[in-house]
Amino acid sequence: MTAEAIAGDDGPILSVRGLVKHFPIGSGLSWRPETGVIRAVDDVSFDLRRGETLGLVGESGCGKSTVARTLLRLEEPTAGEAFFRGHDIFTAAEAELKEMRRRIQVIFQDPYASLNPRMRVADIIGEPWMIHPDIVPRAERPERVRALLESVGLRREHADRYPHEFSGGQRQRIGIARAMALNPQVLICDEPVSALDVSVQAQVVNLLEEIQERFGIAYIFIAHDLSVVRHMSHRVAVMYLGRIVEIGDEEQVYNRPRHPYTKALLSAEPTLDFSGAAKRQRIILEGEVPSPADPPSGCRFRNRCWKAQDICAGAAPALEDSSESGHRAACYFPEDTPG
Amino acid sequence: MTDAVTDAGAPLLEVTDLRVEFRTGREIVHAVNGAGFRVAAGETAAVLGESGSGKSVSAAAIMRLLQSPPAFVTGGEIRFKGEDVLTMPLNHWRRLCGQEIAMVFQDALASLNPVFSVGWQIAEQFRAHGQYAGGEAGERAVDLLARVGIPDPANRAKDYPHQFSGGMRQRVMIAMAIALGPDLLIADEPTTALDVTVQAQIMELLEDLREETGMAIVLITHDLGVVADVADQVSVMYAGRVVESGRVRDVLGHPAHPYTLALLDSVPQALGKGQKLRPIVGSPPDMARIPQGCAFHPRCRFATEKCRSEAPPPVAVAPGRFAECHHAEAVFNDR
Repeated sequence: MTAEAIAGDDGPILSVRGLVKHFPIGSGLSWRPETGVIRAVDDVSFDLRRGETLGLVGESGCGKSTVARTLLRLEEPTAGEAFFRGHDIFTAAEAELKEMRRRIQVIFQDPYASLNPRMRVADIIGEPWMIHPDIVPRAERPERVRALLESVGLRREHADRYPHEFSGGQRQRIGIARAMALNPQVLICDEPVSALDVSVQAQVVNLLEEIQERFGIAYIFIAHDLSVVRHMSHRVAVMYLGRIVEIGDEEQVYNRPRHPYTKALLSAEPTLDFSGAAKRQRIILEGEVPSPADPPSGCRFRNRCWKAQDICAGAAPALEDSSESGHRAACYFPEDTPG
Repeated sequence: MTDAVTDAGAPLLEVTDLRVEFRTGREIVHAVNGAGFRVAAGETAAVLGESGSGKSVSAAAIMRLLQSPPAFVTGGEIRFKGEDVLTMPLNHWRRLCGQEIAMVFQDALASLNPVFSVGWQIAEQFRAHGQYAGGEAGERAVDLLARVGIPDPANRAKDYPHQFSGGMRQRVMIAMAIALGPDLLIADEPTTALDVTVQAQIMELLEDLREETGMAIVLITHDLGVVADVADQVSVMYAGRVVESGRVRDVLGHPAHPYTLALLDSVPQALGKGQKLRPIVGSPPDMARIPQGCAFHPRCRFATEKCRSEAPPPVAVAPGRFAECHHAEAVFNDR
């Protein structure tokens, strides 16, 4: 497992193997500290290739943000490995971790909460250089901040303003500039456009695309909006209750979904298609996502799945390993053959 | 009681030239600036707009929920079944509320009382309107919970709002709204806080209820996809005005207002893979300082000198189709 991860420069830039994150449920009683665990992420593995965008979709509570947070070590994983260019993120010591974090940056969903209201924009964008002083010599910093502002579509003079003077879309641009200040190789975008209005959302999506084209940064793009993920991503992983149920190229997952959950999820999304038989076959799922504290045995989707058989309650289906195309589903009864 | 008036071809709800402003200490925010739309009995009419476009304020004005001060309705008329909503005595309006017109809000948790069971809260409708009392009201509440698809309704009626998931809470809200069989349901972003699969469930429920009861729905949303999926008519709002209206298929399939066109260019659903999004430049206007002339002109690629000085009148580009734009014909015939 580790051997393939410590590949040379042709290998994936980020490799995640068997990532598990369980959160203890406190009982509130000091003599009985734990009453159970929330299985937020359970055995997630994927590779991120250089310069590509991997979309991570799923409904609230499926663990997509927890994956992001453990990769940044904002949360300590319960088990599993993650390699950034061959170095294990989870076991890295302080100094090595610092070096990695400069290469793996993040932009958050809420542009109002993620910028310190007491800091000027110049200080917000320049703050990463306090921790990594070698990147930009002190004397050049003011100029570099202004250049970064321009590169994200803001004006140089915005450097002297405070966050409250900006709209949501502009704040998200500031967040992007701050992430770019460290010349990262991986950018984790956790719902970067969810809080924005459609007209502004498109501006930020285009900006992220431009940045990727210019600097070749790989993105992990987390969102619940399926059409935005499709637009942004080269590959897509669909998560359900802490597991990846399907992964493949954007075109494969969206046009030929193999896992029943992916099918249902895609069919639930409203479309703007008025052509011909506008009403597609919509699969309305019964019930709700079960609690991650007590997920169903075996396949976690089985109690809502129209294909479920006895076997689904047994061992959990693994992501198939056969397909050459890289289109893999974790299901005993996947749709047709991999495409 | 007023059913006789409705059937003469008059719309169920008619909003004309509605104006609402919020007077804060420092400035006046013109939230709604002459918005108008009509809803026929039994149809789903969508009001589409981004944050700050005035769609929710319009809904609150229709329901007489605006708190004054700071909000003031400074002009316009709202007619429900021919009756003037804004001037009718409050006790008369209160009788209509629930029985003939009801509302569902976006944030179901904030709309439910945390200290009463949901069954009690639904039954309150019957008690308040003097229809049923005590045990019978409770039984009706259980029936309603069953109707909106809540499993094990008899037991769930005893539960409190925090024991329900987001989707289930929205079902409870819908149960309350339809309790007295209203003719009009105003749904303000009913699925915005929900995941797509739950959204699909809720929209299907609303659609079923509409077919079954024949009530009309005003659906307030920012989601083009939801509008395309469920609505018959759409009114697109920008800066407190309805800038374009018509049948959904026509408006979204063949827009006549540059704003509608630009909205469609900025969502990935409407484009093929690989096509670059064409965002609308700039940001929505500050409603305390709405641009002169057409409010959209600073962001519009069709804008001319005329747009900067003169507010455009509604142009009928096709039967039942209106767009408030000096260049509506050109935009309409462009594609």
